[in-house]
Amino acid sequence: MAVDTVFWSKMVTGMTLGFHAIFATIGVGIPLMIAIAEFIGIRKKDPHYILMAKRWSRGFIISVAVGVVTGTAISLQLALVWPHFMKLAGNVIALPLFMEVFAFFFEAIFLGIYLYTWDRFKNPYIHWLLTIPIVAGAGMSAVFITTVNGFMNQPGGFVMEAGHFTAVDPVQAMLNTATFSKVFHVLSSAYLTGAALLAGIAAFTMLRKGRSAYHKKALNLSMAAVLLFGLLNTLAGDVSAKFLAEHQPEKLAAAEWHFETEKGADLILMGWLNAEHEIIGAIHLPKLLSFLAFGDFNAEVKGLEEFPLDERPPLLVHYLFDFMAGIGFALLAIACLYFLFVFWKKRNELNKWLLRILALTAPLSFLAVEFGWLYAELGRQPWIIRGYMRVEEAATTSPSVRLLFFLFLLLYIALAVVCVLVLRRLFHHKPAEAEMETWMKEKRDSSKEGGERA
Amino acid sequence: MISYELMGISVLWLFLYGYLIVASIDFGAGFFAFYARSTKQDHVMNRLISRYLSPVWEITNVFFVFFYIGIVGFFPDTAYYYGSALLVPGSIAVILLAIRGSFYAFENYGSKTNIIYLFLYGATGLLIPASLSVALTVSEGGFILKEADAVSLDYWALFTNPLSWSIVGLAIVSVLFISSSFLAFYASRAEDHSALKLLRTYALFWSTPTIITALTAFIFLGQHNERHFQNMMDLWWLLGLSVAFFMVAMWLLYQGRRYGLAFICIMLQFFSAFFAYGIGHYPYILDPYITIQGGATSPSMGFALVVAFIGGLCLLIPSLALVFKLFLFDADYVKGKK
Repeated sequence: MAVDTVFWSKMVTGMTLGFHAIFATIGVGIPLMIAIAEFIGIRKKDPHYILMAKRWSRGFIISVAVGVVTGTAISLQLALVWPHFMKLAGNVIALPLFMEVFAFFFEAIFLGIYLYTWDRFKNPYIHWLLTIPIVAGAGMSAVFITTVNGFMNQPGGFVMEAGHFTAVDPVQAMLNTATFSKVFHVLSSAYLTGAALLAGIAAFTMLRKGRSAYHKKALNLSMAAVLLFGLLNTLAGDVSAKFLAEHQPEKLAAAEWHFETEKGADLILMGWLNAEHEIIGAIHLPKLLSFLAFGDFNAEVKGLEEFPLDERPPLLVHYLFDFMAGIGFALLAIACLYFLFVFWKKRNELNKWLLRILALTAPLSFLAVEFGWLYAELGRQPWIIRGYMRVEEAATTSPSVRLLFFLFLLLYIALAVVCVLVLRRLFHHKPAEAEMETWMKEKRDSSKEGGERA
Repeated sequence: MISYELMGISVLWLFLYGYLIVASIDFGAGFFAFYARSTKQDHVMNRLISRYLSPVWEITNVFFVFFYIGIVGFFPDTAYYYGSALLVPGSIAVILLAIRGSFYAFENYGSKTNIIYLFLYGATGLLIPASLSVALTVSEGGFILKEADAVSLDYWALFTNPLSWSIVGLAIVSVLFISSSFLAFYASRAEDHSALKLLRTYALFWSTPTIITALTAFIFLGQHNERHFQNMMDLWWLLGLSVAFFMVAMWLLYQGRRYGLAFICIMLQFFSAFFAYGIGHYPYILDPYITIQGGATSPSMGFALVVAFIGGLCLLIPSLALVFKLFLFDADYVKGKK
C-alpha cells in the first residue's frame, strides 16, 4: 500500500503541475507581449496595436484565473501531498515561496487596475506604465519558484544534522548552482511560448477567415518575438546543458543515453533500446555531446555507469529531451523562414502553407514546455531533494490520495473545457475588425460630444 | 524586543484576520448575488456587487495563500501535521476555491448570463468557509491520530463533535453578516437606495444568528478545551469589547445612518474576538503537538522572512492604496460613472 500512495502522490502532483505549467507559461509570457503591443500602439498612434493589447489582455485574464487557482492548488498540495518534504525543506525554501506570493500579489493588483482603467488617464503612457509591474511581477514569480526547483536539484545553503537541515542560509539556498541556468531557460521559454501562442492564433485566424491588417500586424510582431526569444532560448538551453554536464551529470547522461564515461562522446538522437540496453536506430553525431557539454570536442563526459543503479533517472527522459530540443530548433527555423518570405518580396509570407506551419507554432511550443518540464522532473528521480531525500520518503501516507487524484482530474477537465468555451465565446462572435469599427465609431461620437469624459 | 516567532505569528494572525474580512465580503457577495438572481431582485444589487468585486477578486485569494505560505515558512511542522491530517478537507477546499475563482472570472469576463456559473460562485462561497474552518477545529486538539510515522485525521471524532459543527455554523453566518454590512456601506456610498434597503435588511437579519452561534461555539469550546476556554475568559475585556462594538454597529444599522462607521465597528468586533481567540490559543499552534517556540523555523530563516515581509509591504501598501483610491473610494467609480 505504501508504494501505491507514493504512485498516486506523484500522479496528483504531476497532473496539477502539468496543467498549471500551461497557464503559468501564458501568465509569464503574454504580459510582455501586451506591454509591447500597447507601447507600439501609443508610439505609432496605430489603434490596431492598442486593440491587440486590449484583446490579448481580455483573453489573458481568463487564463490568469485558471493559473491562479491551479497555482493555489499546487502550493497547498506541497504540504498536503508531500508533508515530509515540507517538514524537512520548509526551513530552507520558505523564503522564495513567500516572496513568490508577494510578487504575484503585486502583479494581481496592477492587473486589476490595468484591466479597468483603459480610458481613465489622459496621458496614454500612464496606462502603459501599469504593464511594467505586471510584467515584472509575473517574471519575478517565475524566478522565485524556479529557485525552489533549483534547490531540489542542487540543494545548498544548509548543514544536514541528525535528519534536519540546520545552519540554514536561505539566500544561499536560493542562489544554488542550478538557479541561473534554470531561471534563464524558464523565462526565455515562457516568453517564446507566449509569442508563439499569439503568432499561432493570428495565423490560424487568417487561415479560417482570410487576411486582415490587424492579424498581419499581430503575426509580424509575434514572429519577431519568436525569433528573438527563440535565439535567447537556444542560448539558455546550451547554458543548461553545460550546467548539467558539470553539476548533475546523471541527468544529462540519462537524457543522452550516454552510458559509458568517454572522451569525444557522440550525440545520440532518438533511437530505441533493445533488451541488452544497446541503442538501435539512432542517429549518432560524432563528438557533438562533448562539444555541447563542455565546448570541446574531446572533453570527457560522465556516463550513467558511474552512478549506482538505484540513483539513475528513468531512460525515458531521452525522448522528452529530444522532442523538447527538436521543437525549440523547429520554432527558430519557422521564424527564420517567415522573415525570409517577408523580406524576399517575390514570395507571399501569407500563403496557405506557410500560415499552416505558423499556426502549428502555438501547440508545438506548449508541447515543448511540457516535455521540458517533464524532463526536468523525471531527470531528478529518484530524488525529491537530490542526495538528501528520495521521492518515496516524502509522500503522504494517506491512501485517500488516490481518490483525490480523480477529484482533481475532474476539476481540471471541467476547468479546461469551460475555459476553452468561454474563450471561444469571447472572441468568436467578436472578430477584431468588427470590434475595431465599433470602437472607432464610439471614439468619433465621444469626441463630437466634446471631451466630456476626459 | 519580542522574539521573531512571536512577531511572526502575530503578523500571520493579522493576515488571517485580513483574509477573514475580505474573504467574507467576497464569499457573502457571491451568495447574495446568486440569491438575488434566483429571487429576481438582481437588478437591484448585482451591478453593485460586480462593480466592487471585479477589480479585487484575485487579491482575496492571495491573502489566503500568503497566510498559508507564511505559517509553513515560520513553522514548518505545521506543514507536516496539518498537511497529513487535512489532506482530504484541505483538498476539498482547494477544489472549491478553484471552482470559485475560475468560474467567477468566466462569468464576469466571459458570459454575463450563465446562472450555473453564478450558482457555483454562490454555493462555493458558503462551502469554502465551512471546509476551511476544519483547520481551526483541528487546532484545538483531540482530532489527530498519531502513529509511529504517520499522522491522520480522526473523522469520527470530528463529525460527532458539536464543537466542529458550531464552528462551521459560526463561519457561515459571520460570512453573511460581514458581507451584507459591507455591501450596505458600499451601496450607501454609491447612493444606490434600493440596494441599500435590501442589504440593510440582510445585515440586520444575520446579526442575531452571528452572536448566537458565536456564543454556542464558545460554550462547546469550553467543553472541549478547558485551557483555551480559561485563557479566553482571562481576556474577558476583549470579549466584552467585541460585544460592545457589535451593539454599536447594530444601533447604527438599525438607525440607518453612518454605514461606514457601522462596518468599522463590525470589523473591530471581529478583530477583538479573533484576537481573544488567538491569544487564548497561545502557545499552541496545534494542541498539543506544535507550540510557537518548539515549532519555529531557524532564526536565520525567521529573520529573512521578516525582512522579506517588510520589503514586500513597502511594495504592496502603496499599490493597495492605489486600488482603493481608484475603485473603492472614487465616488464616481462607485456610482458607476467610470
